[in-house]
Amino acid sequence: MQRSFIARNPSVLVFLAALALFTILVTILAEGAGAGVISTSFVKTLGKTLCLCLVAVAMDLVWGYCGILSLGHFAFFGLGGYMIGMWLMYARTEEIVLSANAGAALPMTPQELSDGIAAQIFGVVGGSELPWVWSFAHSLPLQLMLILLLPGLIALVFGWLAFRSRVAGVYLSILTQAMTLALSLWLFQNDSGLRGNNGLSGLQNIPGLAEVPQATLSLWFLWASAFALGGFYLLAAWVVSGKFGSVIRAIRDDEARVRFLGYSVEGYKLFVFTLTAMIAGIAGALYYPQAGIVNPAEIAPIASIYLAVWVAIGGRGRLWGAVLGAAAVSLVSSWFTSGQVPAVPLGFYTVEWTDWWLVLLGFGFVAVTLFAPNGLAGLVERIFIRGAK
Amino acid sequence: MSALLEVSGVTVTFDGFRAINDLSFEIGPAELRAVIGPNGAGKTTFMDIVTGKTKPDTGRVLWGEESRSLLRMSEAEIARAGVGRKFQRPTVFEDQSVFDNLLLALRKNRSPFGVLFYRRSAEDKARVEALAAEIGLADQLGRLAAELSHGQKQWLEIGMLLAQEPRLLLVDEPAAGMTPAEREHTTDLLVQAAKTRAVVVVEHDMEFVRRLDCKVTVLHEGRVLAEGSLDHVTRNQEVIDVYLGR
Repeated sequence: MQRSFIARNPSVLVFLAALALFTILVTILAEGAGAGVISTSFVKTLGKTLCLCLVAVAMDLVWGYCGILSLGHFAFFGLGGYMIGMWLMYARTEEIVLSANAGAALPMTPQELSDGIAAQIFGVVGGSELPWVWSFAHSLPLQLMLILLLPGLIALVFGWLAFRSRVAGVYLSILTQAMTLALSLWLFQNDSGLRGNNGLSGLQNIPGLAEVPQATLSLWFLWASAFALGGFYLLAAWVVSGKFGSVIRAIRDDEARVRFLGYSVEGYKLFVFTLTAMIAGIAGALYYPQAGIVNPAEIAPIASIYLAVWVAIGGRGRLWGAVLGAAAVSLVSSWFTSGQVPAVPLGFYTVEWTDWWLVLLGFGFVAVTLFAPNGLAGLVERIFIRGAK
Repeated sequence: MSALLEVSGVTVTFDGFRAINDLSFEIGPAELRAVIGPNGAGKTTFMDIVTGKTKPDTGRVLWGEESRSLLRMSEAEIARAGVGRKFQRPTVFEDQSVFDNLLLALRKNRSPFGVLFYRRSAEDKARVEALAAEIGLADQLGRLAAELSHGQKQWLEIGMLLAQEPRLLLVDEPAAGMTPAEREHTTDLLVQAAKTRAVVVVEHDMEFVRRLDCKVTVLHEGRVLAEGSLDHVTRNQEVIDVYLGR
């Protein structure tokens, strides 16, 4: 018999312990818990980073392990955000409309209430009716289900069409870019029913929890994000550790050979593509309430390319490498683009990091590709684990 | 004795070039067969058709007792029906251990969900170890396939084919690039395998074919030129003209 999954993969335990330690430390030092060393906005940044780590785990599963370079997974992330955002915005607006009407002699009819909410939400795009896509927005359970179902369904249909036609390699990457571009262009339209380029906003206000301060809410979301990252990391590690992992790595390395072994390669790709799209949706649904706003720009093709860059820099084919890459690059990125990094005066030219950060990231990517093909994780392994092996 | 595989009247054209021209071929359930022929004779295309990689323009490919057509099945379905294929270049999964390579090939449920919840039993472990002993890699189970020598990779691939428990084994130039000792081992493996299943070996090397000591099919320009014992076909004037006489 096989030894238990954890015994064969001690690194999973190390990761979970590190994640728990990190969460506890941030909680103790945060404003919401009293110590006040870490500001609420930075707690939110850390919580968002955990969500980015989660979507990076999904990306590593689909690209690093199964060899599908999807450049569209951020679309699923964004969709997750939109799905939770619709409920947040609807329920919050409902509260506002009801309280505005509190003094009136007659209670509002359902139609009046619905019209009131629609006018509030869609005033900015000149609409006053709830579009059909908001049919379920009044129900938290239904929107929560959509977080999983919508990205999953889109990935299933898209993947079925693409994999069945044996679209692979760079052609598949281009196709996924087209998918995310089409989605973002559609969302940009005012009549898409999702407020065009305004996106959904005010998502940091949780309906029914108006009296809970943001300092406390930010901690709740940090915990939820950490819990989701830990849980899905465990799931991903379990999926790749057994025979399933062996099959998808074989598909990555020689797809035709796997076919002649009798495995339906298309079925496996579809499974991984859909599963990771759903994980991305969950990550997005946790991210955007912390960000406060989701708009079509979030789904722009470049976002999905960044996701691939994080995983490449962190180290493909190692789940903790993806987490490392996403955390390091996104945190450094938000530092450089925050304007807090001192500019470098060269006399004839001043290097402003908000403009030059992308150049630096580009050089970093080239350096990793040339000198550390296994990414940061490969470097760490070479330094610390080589001796043990 | 009914045939295990029956190919009849098959024609394949690539951009006007007839790679296979009205080819007919038959093999029984436990038979060793060598297929020889000059370059471009259609040997690899023939294998591509049987394994489902290439769809012919015309003709029939029938399989098994029930004479199922292989033409409507995908590569994976054909492989599950019992056709195993070994490529000329050894294709093993270099990133994985010898053990995992063999386990991957072991005849088991191949659906994604079946594989996801697969737990290795003691029986499967013993089966993998027995296969490794058969191909002479018993002490290499924990090594990465990438670290094996060329000959060892060829054997690992043959081992993976045996693990699939196919009823028909298609082997493309198994002896290419092997040392004389490695060739001998390979011959033994193939002769042994052919006792319980059909084995088709495509080979250039006459010496290797002679050692297999089996019926030979000579292909030329996409059709069968001659069939029979090696001595029989080498005496055939047509064969001498197109192939041996050059």
